[in-house]
Amino acid sequence: MLQVSIYRYNPEVDNAPHMQEFEFDTEGKDLMVLDVLEAIKAGHDSSVTYRRSCREGVCGSDGLNINGKNGLACITPLSETVKNDKLVVRPLPGLPVIRDLVVDMSLFYAQYEKIQPFLKNNSPAPAIERLQSPEDRSQLDGLYECILCACCSTSCPSFWWNPDRFIGPAGLLQAYRFLADTRDTATDERLSKLDDPFSVFRCHGIQNCVNVCPKGLNPTKAIGHIRTMLLNRAT
Amino acid sequence: MRTISFDGVIVGGGGAGMRAALQLSQSGYKTAVISKVFPTRSHTVSAQGGITCAIASSDPNDDWRWHMYDTVKGSDYIGDQDAIEYMCSVGPEAIFELEHMGLPFSRTEEGRIYQRPFGGQSKDYGKGGQAARTCAAADRTGHALLHTLYQNNVKNETVFFNEWFAVDLVKNQDGAVTGVIAICIETGETVFVKSKATVFATGGAGRIYASTTNAHINTGDGIGMGLRAGVPVQDMEMWQFHPTGIYGAGTLVTEGCRGEGGYLVNKDGERFMERYAPNAKDLAGRDVVARSMVLEILEGRGCGEHGDHVKLKLDHLGEDVLESRLPGICELSRTFAHVDPVKEPIPVVPTCHYMMGGIPTNVNGQAITVDEQGKDHIIPGLYACGEVACVSVHGANRLGGNSLLDLVVFGRASGLFIESALREGIELRESAQSDIDVAGERLRHLNESSGGENVADLRRELQNTMQNHFGVFRRGDFMQEGIAKLAELRGRVESVSLDDKSDAFNTARIEALELQNLFEVAEATAVVAEARNESRGAHAREDFTERDDENWLCHSVYHSEGKKVSKRGVNFTPSTVETFEPQIRSY
Amino acid sequence: MVTQVTSFSRSGLSDWLIQRLTSVILLAYFICLAGILLGGVDYSAWKAMHDTTAMRIFTLLAAMSLAAHAWIGLWAVYTDYLTERMLGPRGHVIRRFCQLGTVLALVIYLLWVIQILWG
Repeated sequence: MLQVSIYRYNPEVDNAPHMQEFEFDTEGKDLMVLDVLEAIKAGHDSSVTYRRSCREGVCGSDGLNINGKNGLACITPLSETVKNDKLVVRPLPGLPVIRDLVVDMSLFYAQYEKIQPFLKNNSPAPAIERLQSPEDRSQLDGLYECILCACCSTSCPSFWWNPDRFIGPAGLLQAYRFLADTRDTATDERLSKLDDPFSVFRCHGIQNCVNVCPKGLNPTKAIGHIRTMLLNRAT
Repeated sequence: MRTISFDGVIVGGGGAGMRAALQLSQSGYKTAVISKVFPTRSHTVSAQGGITCAIASSDPNDDWRWHMYDTVKGSDYIGDQDAIEYMCSVGPEAIFELEHMGLPFSRTEEGRIYQRPFGGQSKDYGKGGQAARTCAAADRTGHALLHTLYQNNVKNETVFFNEWFAVDLVKNQDGAVTGVIAICIETGETVFVKSKATVFATGGAGRIYASTTNAHINTGDGIGMGLRAGVPVQDMEMWQFHPTGIYGAGTLVTEGCRGEGGYLVNKDGERFMERYAPNAKDLAGRDVVARSMVLEILEGRGCGEHGDHVKLKLDHLGEDVLESRLPGICELSRTFAHVDPVKEPIPVVPTCHYMMGGIPTNVNGQAITVDEQGKDHIIPGLYACGEVACVSVHGANRLGGNSLLDLVVFGRASGLFIESALREGIELRESAQSDIDVAGERLRHLNESSGGENVADLRRELQNTMQNHFGVFRRGDFMQEGIAKLAELRGRVESVSLDDKSDAFNTARIEALELQNLFEVAEATAVVAEARNESRGAHAREDFTERDDENWLCHSVYHSEGKKVSKRGVNFTPSTVETFEPQIRSY
Repeated sequence: MVTQVTSFSRSGLSDWLIQRLTSVILLAYFICLAGILLGGVDYSAWKAMHDTTAMRIFTLLAAMSLAAHAWIGLWAVYTDYLTERMLGPRGHVIRRFCQLGTVLALVIYLLWVIQILWG
């Protein structure tokens, strides 16, 4: 029997959050954490609240804190996270809880928008595509795949303390995605907006982001590249 | 109830919705997108292999007319040729726009967009062999596309109502659509979102089946809202079963795997598609491949303990190709099939994937209704694009890579048309309070419900009925049984229980509303599938095994009132090319 | 762009560079001292060494580095933990108070070092 402990908070009835315990029979199957939540919502308590969509790890809806580590419920198998038949599911840390496992991601999205996550190129577009060599394109690998699940930023102490001023690993990964794109011509403008003591430089290289990213991306490395670009620009 | 007004409201934040929204925002009109999930969580994100379009990168002599030929043939000749012509000819422009917006396509050595072979593709009207026409960003094309569109909507300051759920359409006394009733999921507030143009881009409804590649959110909300408001739906019997869903999990493995050289094998290790489609082999139309797989399994050549699946072999492609061209597939396969495709074949089975049918529209995205005499009429105020719409470019079977092209081209076309209509001035009469009350009735009924059955149980029953009675192969008597089961289910779905009546982020309420939408889709599918007495494209009947062009070279149209089925003519008059006459379809 | 008047240089890059540069200077200074001390040195030799202009400048440089390094480091700590977000509305006042105290202490220490070196 799996002991499932779920963080519950309904602002309409609860003064404070609490953990609710469920007994769950996996019938010996190695389910994903999302399967367990779905079964609990379907069979035990329809009021258990969480986000989910694709259930295959590409939409980024179900980032949760699972047995103490941030990850996507839909691609985290029980065998990977459960020890001693105990599964503890909490919302992503550091963001306000709306209800149960659902957090308010406004601050996270605001930081993403702040880096102007769109290609800027002021030269007139050609009649066909802009050409880009496979080598130049490969600079975007490991960057564009981000699914905005927020597992990284909400595991980052610097983001916990300054979510309004530190862009956070997810936003910075995307900032570098556009800095690294040979088709983007706004490099200098982008760098100017990052050269303050908070946006980039609150990263202290803790690397929680790298440790939890469900897509295996490396925001710390991207942040290092941004620092180098800022340095090269200044000297 | 509060009223919020916009020039254009788009329901759905996937590829089609965001492409339409982008077009309208760029033109300066006050545009809002209502999306029940944050837009990048929409199901477009799961599209893998690519977007098919004759941009002449892989083959400098490629021609959109060849793409059109393939698409007409793939549709088993019930795709509208004017719409297919529009999609294939405008496609390159739409793709280049996406590239200019920043979409990180994979590249060729010349620096152009990388194109891979996909099923059903040919050169020179089927005479020049396999074409490579599907533009790709590795195997994450949908993700790259959706994020690019979201980013450009951010740039153009589109208003997003994220995590808002559209409940039902509001019409006025003239039958024109004036907006939707929507709930803010976070607060539970219900508002009337009023608009001169309401665009449905709500995506598919694969969740009517128990086994599907579709996301949990694909519940056919647009179809449900449409049918309840008296909007007809077209070709709803046409459901694509994708040949390669991962056995057990249902997650998609792109056709691009076979495009890159992978192939299917049965338990004897035989490449069985060589028998069913000697020329195209594993790259025949999806309907053909899916049926061949089911036949292999039925004839006892399936793999595994229960002999209930086949395998997709990729290991011969080598680790380098797999990791560079199909990295997402390697990841999915390891997670969901516990198989490393570099070393072993992936267990796969045909899985519900795409709804070819939907709300009938013209190439401008304007929704169409059909009267008793079979005459088309435009429904003022209502538009549809993407999977929820039936333009129809896919007919009875969609080709791989054509769905992303469909949503980009027709999302854009809807936006362009609404832009010009707004410029000329759209005059719709105001809805009366009673009209708004009518639209709010379903929600009110649900909120006041007591008793009733559990959403999850009813949903499972619905999905199993569809899976068992309306699957890859269909038979009249068995479908009638299914229809009877659905008829019995209707009342239970309408009086579904809602124990949790709270306002804050109440997903139980949303799931109940979604279940009712799923039901509408399922019933339309069932009734029309039973009516179409032939086999065409994805609709394969055991009791009518042949295509019947004399009686059924037409669209089916389902009207919710009285559950009537009528026929609608297919367009055979493209404006710049000769008509592609129906032929025997072989690969 | 987030600007903050109390940051050392108002540029994240400069702060970051100064942090690294000062740490190199401090490392060099302390390795130098450690080498001399481990090599065995009596009080008069130690004093004579510190009376040379080169050593005075080196010591002053190290002291200034320490002050800059400490200020940037503590400023980051204060703006992480002593904020309105962490402490409520009083956070702002508490942070300013601590920053003022730190500045005062660092300036006094620096003056003291100068007095010892040249006094």
